[in-house]
Formats: sequence, C-alpha cells, structure tokens
Amino acid sequence: MAASSFPAFFRKIHGPVVQRWLFGAWTIGVFAFLYIPILLLIIFSFNNSKLNIKWEGFTWKWYGELLSNAPILHAFQNSLIVATATMVISTALGTIGAWMLYRYRFPFQRAMGLLIFIPMVIPEVLMGVSMRAEFVHLLKLPLGHVAMIIAHTTFCFPFVLVGVQARLQGLDPFLEEAAQDLGATPAQAFWKVIVPYLFPAIVSGALMSFTLSLDEYIVSIFTTNAQSQTLPLKVYGMAKVGLNPQLNALSTLFVIGTVVLVIASELLTRRKST
Amino acid sequence: MAGISAAAADLGASAYKRRPSWVAWLVFAPLAAWLILFVIVPTLTLVALSFGEQRGLGTVEFTFTLENYQRAFNWTWLKVFWTSIWYALLTTGICMVIGYPVAYYIGRSPENMRNMLLTLVMIPFWTSFLIRTYAWITILSKEGLINSFLVAARIVPEPITILYTPFAAVLGLVYNYLPFMILPIYTSVERLDNAMIEAAYDLGARPVRAFSQIIIPLTSPGIVAGALLVFVPSIAMFAITNLMGGGDPPTIGEVIYKQFTSGRAQPFGAALGTLLLLIFIFTLWIGRRRSEE
Repeated sequence: MAASSFPAFFRKIHGPVVQRWLFGAWTIGVFAFLYIPILLLIIFSFNNSKLNIKWEGFTWKWYGELLSNAPILHAFQNSLIVATATMVISTALGTIGAWMLYRYRFPFQRAMGLLIFIPMVIPEVLMGVSMRAEFVHLLKLPLGHVAMIIAHTTFCFPFVLVGVQARLQGLDPFLEEAAQDLGATPAQAFWKVIVPYLFPAIVSGALMSFTLSLDEYIVSIFTTNAQSQTLPLKVYGMAKVGLNPQLNALSTLFVIGTVVLVIASELLTRRKST
Repeated sequence: MAGISAAAADLGASAYKRRPSWVAWLVFAPLAAWLILFVIVPTLTLVALSFGEQRGLGTVEFTFTLENYQRAFNWTWLKVFWTSIWYALLTTGICMVIGYPVAYYIGRSPENMRNMLLTLVMIPFWTSFLIRTYAWITILSKEGLINSFLVAARIVPEPITILYTPFAAVLGLVYNYLPFMILPIYTSVERLDNAMIEAAYDLGARPVRAFSQIIIPLTSPGIVAGALLVFVPSIAMFAITNLMGGGDPPTIGEVIYKQFTSGRAQPFGAALGTLLLLIFIFTLWIGRRRSEE
C-alpha cells in the first residue's frame, strides 16, 4: 500500500540504492567470513600460550620450533622439488600446446582441445585413482617423486595453456610474418618474437602451476610413497591430530608467500591489457 | 561448458592456420603423447581394473567379472554416494546464496574498486585449502576459540561438539569453494546490459521483481558455471570432509582411497571410481544442456 503510493521517480532511484547498500553490507560480511579465520590463524601463531583464547604475550617461539622440525623441512624440500619440476614441464607443454592449437591445423585438433579441459575439471580423486591404477598396474612405475610430478603436471599445464591462449587472442598475426619476411626461420620467429610477447602469460601460468602443485593433497596421496611425503600430506597429518601452534606458524608463512605470488601474478596479468 | 565448445569451434575456423612441418610435429609430439598417456590411458586403466579380481596383495587378474559392480550396488555403498552427492548439493546451494550478492556487488562496482575486490576474492582461492581448513579447526574444535570463549564466559559448562559433525563438513566445503561460485557469476554480471536493468525499473519493476525476472535469468550462464565448478570438486573432496566432519558418514572419495591402500580391494575401488566417473560425465552433460537452453 504505502510503497505503491511512492512517486515513481523516488522508487526508481530509491530501490537500486537500497539494494546496493544491502549487497555492500552482505559483501563485507562475506569478506569477514573469508578472512577472519585466516587472520585469527596468523594472530595466534604469535601467542605465547598453546592456542588459548587468552593472549599470553608475543612470541616467535613457534617459528623457531618449526624451523628446527626436521620432518617438516624434509616434506617442504620434497614439495619444492615436485612443484619446481611440475612448473618447468607444465610451462613448456602449456606454451607449446597453446601455440600449436592457435597457429596450426592438424588432425584430431578438436578432440585435443577438449581433452585438455578434462584434467582441469575432473574431480581430483578420479585423477589420483586413475593415475595410480596406470602407474601400478600398467607402467610399473614406482610411486614417489616422478609419479607425483607426472600427475601434477597433467592438471597444471592446461592452466598455462588457457592463459597463454587468452593472450594469443590479442596477437597481431602480422608480427610473426614480419619477422619471417625479415629472414627469421619459424623457430626463430617463435623464440624471438612470439615468446617475448607471451611472456607475462607464461610467467603467470608458471606461478599458477607452482602454487597448484605446492597445494595439491588428493592427487598426491594417490601417487606418493612413504619417503616422498610432500608438505600438504604432513600438514594434513598434523591437522588431523588437533591444534598445533607450529602449524599456525607454518600457515602464516604460507599465506604471506601466497599473497606475494598472487599480487605478482596479478600485476603481470594487468600488463596484458596495456 | 559453453566456453569449452566455443573454444573448440574457434579452432577449426581460421584460414591463418597452417599445416605443421615435420620439425613442428616433433615439437608437438610430447604434448600429444602426454595427453594420450596421462589422460586417456589412465581412465581406460581404471575402467579395465574395475572388471578385475584381486589376487593377493598387489596383483590383480583381469577376469572381466561384474562382481565388483554387484558389490557396489549395495545399500552401504549407495549411501556413501548419496552422502557425497548431498554434501555437494548443499555446498552448491549455500555457495550460490552467499556468493551471488557478492558477485553482483563486485560486478556493478566502479572499475578501480572492482579489481581490488576481485583480488580479495582471489587470495583465499590461492591460499592452501588445508591451511584454510585448519583455520576452522582452530576455531571449532573442543579446545578451539569458540569453545574456550563459551566456557570462559560460563555460557556452557563444558566444550560443545561443533567440529566433526556434518555441519562442520559442509561449512568447510562452502568456505573452500565459495570463490569458485563468485568468479563465474561475476563474469556474467560484468557483461550485463545496463539498459535492460534500467528498462525494467523504468517500466515500474520493483528491485525484487527486476532481480528475479531480469537480472538472475540474464546471469544464469554464470550461475550454471559456478554450480558446476563447486559441485564437481566438492563431491569427492574427502580431505575437507574428513578433517572437518571426522569422516562420518564417509564420503565416496575416502572410500575409494581406502580400497586402494588399506582395504586392498583395488578392483572394487576402481568400480566405485568408474561409477563416480559416470556421475561426473552426467553432471557435465546436464550443465552443458542447461547452458545451451
């Protein structure tokens, strides 16, 4: 009743404004939901008591204990090995694949384009279990570092490929032609002209594969062995037992690392549009 | 899924494309080999394994038996599938309700603010999911922040159980997959035609009506994409349901994992995996149909 007697112009402006306020408040609430747990995690990594709600003074001691925790350091080393190898192979495969799909015509091209999306969307359990089935029963490849690198690369390189493909959309087709007219071979034109143009997308794809591999848990437990436990497997084991301030310290370091990587990657992708 | 078919359709069109030389073939061979060897062959191995029989610890004989599937169609295992699907559906629904207004707000913000808000969504997305799950454990567990507050304030005499419940399991999934819902909806909102919304208001629609009849239908591609991106991974994300829900009731991912490690019934695990694969394919098919409508 009351609403319908409002002048039309008032309703027109009033409605969207109220809506914008409500949605804004909701968005703030959701950001609080997303960030408060992480902030609490960070704050309590500096608390002198063992994760009590009571603040008992600032300390670095959990970080000290973390850095002298040999099994964790070993797991971190394993993670770095796997993530670095994954990053290098994924970046190469993804970049070459994007160029191949963009510039060449060959049989089964459509099938290939679709096949690349499967590892990006398939549930991790299916990926892990089918890889394990193949490694154990068909290839007789021992589980461990190599198996993990293969499995991680399989779901990481499509992300590089898609990113590079997006940047290729903006490529001037005459750029490569000009290079070849000036005497470059196709390989030289690719290396000296195309790769530098694609560089921001390649670097952000590489960072993405590194992060994805470093964080992978499900595919890893299907393809690992006792000696090549990576950091997520260790973290899972610790979190399963219960609260542990060392884990808070580790998480804090990880969050800082991620924020730095995300911002670096964002800045690189931004350059894409200019 | 619309994006995939569009991308695939683009591939054939361009006259600018050329046939590869033999050097180019040599460079491309590793990628093709990789896709065959590590995408197609593993899936086939899994399906083949599901028709085998376990002999002793590590060996499996391929006998083309249907026994593993007969075993799978039993109430115990169907219930496991049902729990997983139910958790995933709940997660998808809750993410949609929580995420839509956020995506809409970000999509309708001025451009400079939009990028900052998007980065704020992306940071949790890239932070290790185990760390984010552990953050909730420190809040919800018996010695956690909520309980120590409740006990200290004498609201409850002793710690209450919040962690290791289905509620906590779904909370963990929602917390983890929310950005997957926000990002595709945001993309749809950003593409919204302003004139359409203004027209709705000019013609006298109230905000609620404009929203339900104009804005939501126009952004449905984003909603479908977000729903797929949340539903598909959360159906088998047993790391979160185990850590937060205590693994009770068990979900399908964990059951498959156990068959391959402690259960030592790999062909049976492979049969459950094949069924999960069928659910996955079915989900994509539905998503594709919906986005084509």
